[in-house]
Amino acid sequence: MCLAIPAKVKKIEENMAVVDFGGVRKKISLGILSSVEEDDYVLVHAGFAIGKLEKTEAENTLKVLKELEEVAR
Amino acid sequence: MNKIITLSHGNGGRLMHELIETLRLKFSNKILNELSDAAELNIKEKKLTFSTDSYVVKPLFFPGGDIGKLAVFGTVNDISMRGGKPVFISLAFIIEEGFPIQQLEKIAHSIKQAAAKAKVLIVTGDIKVVEKGAADKIYINTAGIGAMDYSGSVGTKAKVDDVIIINGGIAEHGMAVLNAREKLGFTPSIRSDCRNLNFEVERCLKDSKNISVMRDPTRGGLATALNEIAHSSNVGIEIYEKDIPIKPSVKRLCDVLGFDPLYVANEGKFICFVNEKNAKKVKRAIGPQAAIIGRVTSVHKKEVYLKTKIGSTRILPMLETDQLPRIC
Amino acid sequence: MKLMEVCGTHTVNIARSGIKKLLPKEIELISGPGCPVCVTDQSDIDRAIEIVKIKDVIMTTFGDMMRVPGTKSSFMDAKRDGADIRIVYSCLDALNIACSNPAKRIVFMGVGFETTSPTIAATILEAKRQKIRNFFVLSNFKLIPPALVAIAKSDRVKVNGFVCPGHVSVIIGSAAYVEIAKRYKMPCVITGFDDIDIVKGIKRLVEQVKKGVSKVEIEYKRAVKKNGNAAARRILYSVFETADSDWRGLGRIKKSGLRFKKVYKDFDAEREFKVEIPKATSPKGCICGEVLQGIESPLDCKLFKKVCKPERPIGPCMVSSEGTCAAYYKYE
Repeated sequence: MCLAIPAKVKKIEENMAVVDFGGVRKKISLGILSSVEEDDYVLVHAGFAIGKLEKTEAENTLKVLKELEEVAR
Repeated sequence: MNKIITLSHGNGGRLMHELIETLRLKFSNKILNELSDAAELNIKEKKLTFSTDSYVVKPLFFPGGDIGKLAVFGTVNDISMRGGKPVFISLAFIIEEGFPIQQLEKIAHSIKQAAAKAKVLIVTGDIKVVEKGAADKIYINTAGIGAMDYSGSVGTKAKVDDVIIINGGIAEHGMAVLNAREKLGFTPSIRSDCRNLNFEVERCLKDSKNISVMRDPTRGGLATALNEIAHSSNVGIEIYEKDIPIKPSVKRLCDVLGFDPLYVANEGKFICFVNEKNAKKVKRAIGPQAAIIGRVTSVHKKEVYLKTKIGSTRILPMLETDQLPRIC
Repeated sequence: MKLMEVCGTHTVNIARSGIKKLLPKEIELISGPGCPVCVTDQSDIDRAIEIVKIKDVIMTTFGDMMRVPGTKSSFMDAKRDGADIRIVYSCLDALNIACSNPAKRIVFMGVGFETTSPTIAATILEAKRQKIRNFFVLSNFKLIPPALVAIAKSDRVKVNGFVCPGHVSVIIGSAAYVEIAKRYKMPCVITGFDDIDIVKGIKRLVEQVKKGVSKVEIEYKRAVKKNGNAAARRILYSVFETADSDWRGLGRIKKSGLRFKKVYKDFDAEREFKVEIPKATSPKGCICGEVLQGIESPLDCKLFKKVCKPERPIGPCMVSSEGTCAAYYKYE
């Protein structure tokens, strides 16, 4: 039911954070997730970080995406 | 001159003539400068291609293009898809009163650049101004004539066993316009792929004399264009999901908003159906971004099938309803 | 063996990737009430449509709701008739619209499960902090576990296990399903959305059924924890409290919805706008209720593909791109 996309937290400003979805960035709210730090991976739903993702798995996904980008070029 | 468009700019009087003159000077050429009711064209070739399209894009200016550039390249590309070499373009504006002249000039400038880039002449034109509220800012219609003077030609039907080639990543125009229009705030902004295809088509036709059919997958996206061809050619089409090129950033934006990129508009892409033995040559002629994405089959007539990444197949229908950003 | 996926995104991904066709014949996948758009009661849509007719109201909604038919019309129809209805990506966007239009009343059409409702609760807290008084929410939120219990208890629905929704579980945690597994003997596997996640989840569910055990397993460990996101739930239940709720097709389910707590009643759109709504009549011949419970397939419906199509949906399951009927229409 619920579209939630992994993203990497790049910059935290108070209750908001700029996150990177893998090529596109957007400012989202950290209003419902506690103790988020820069470089964490989060799941984003409707403009909010809803949960943290384990780093290794998320990094793998984004690494594959990056490789894909290089291949696509 | 007033800073905005008024009804007087379309009433046939002095202001209208001043406006026409401003625009004419921008696109100046011998035929347009005759300022007659119709352009006299001297075309040696017997066979012509002729196409028209109207442009109502919102917002008028978006990353990678604007309504003016789109209006020129859109028609240039339609002509190119039938193997015509675009030569002449007509240009008609419908403008809402109150429209800023500075923006009109910006659009006109972009039209001028686009026409120069595609090497076409704007030979006739028109301006209508309508009352406030009767139109939304500005609409443009262009028509274009192309000469069939390439050595190769493009047919109208796909043939069984044809290979399908696309010239690059999909969904860029639609996502760029959506991000700009809805102010979604994704950065860096996705750029529209809006560009002219005539020279790429020219290269393809040099390398292969017999291109079965070409199509630019604009509104409705790649999936809809493929369905149109499957229908009109009475063939089946099989597409390989893993081979369809898409920029990762565009794919990610599609994921975030719940869009299927196969149904998102393109403005600088074309699909080309060619005989298998010419496929490599044509692909090379288009350039490194080109990819073979599928083939024409004798089964599943009038249907498009997608081979999914995990090796299953499913039907790929036409666009049903416009996609909206969703959370589910 | 009948396995029910209770998440529209699972339904769509299963159809899109063609997983169903690759499964052994013995496994039948059926789609449950996992699409918030589909389960929103018709009268709740009718109420929203009546509200948009009021002068100086701006309705804000996720794009998902635009085509959902009420008794007479949808948001799309109302917009065509001149109502100010705007699609937002986040509830915070709706709050921003309220800030920049102080003379108007802004209503957010609140739909969704536990993944979405905390984001709306957080937005309401923000509205209160900023003392924004022209922002209201229609609370049509639904809770997943009570619906699963209703299906598990039902005599009509024969399901052997649940593929549980990954992103709802990010919030509610795997602990929320323990009662369903223990008391109702229903195997539960929470899974993610990649093709491989879904297939692995189905495999573990089949293993449970074959062994005759029923427990809660997580096949989406990178995101889902036992206790979920406690902070999100705290925010959710500071603004809302559980209440009985009407599910389209399923009827009233006890404590399966959310209503405003007294302290936040000023944000309750239902309280702010007293509207008369016509008595809802469900479309004749529509079997969305049965489809939502997995009793019947869209292919059993007389309206399917004939009268009921994505461009003019009759029942809710055809509306949402993740509705079971829409997924069948598009991919099967």
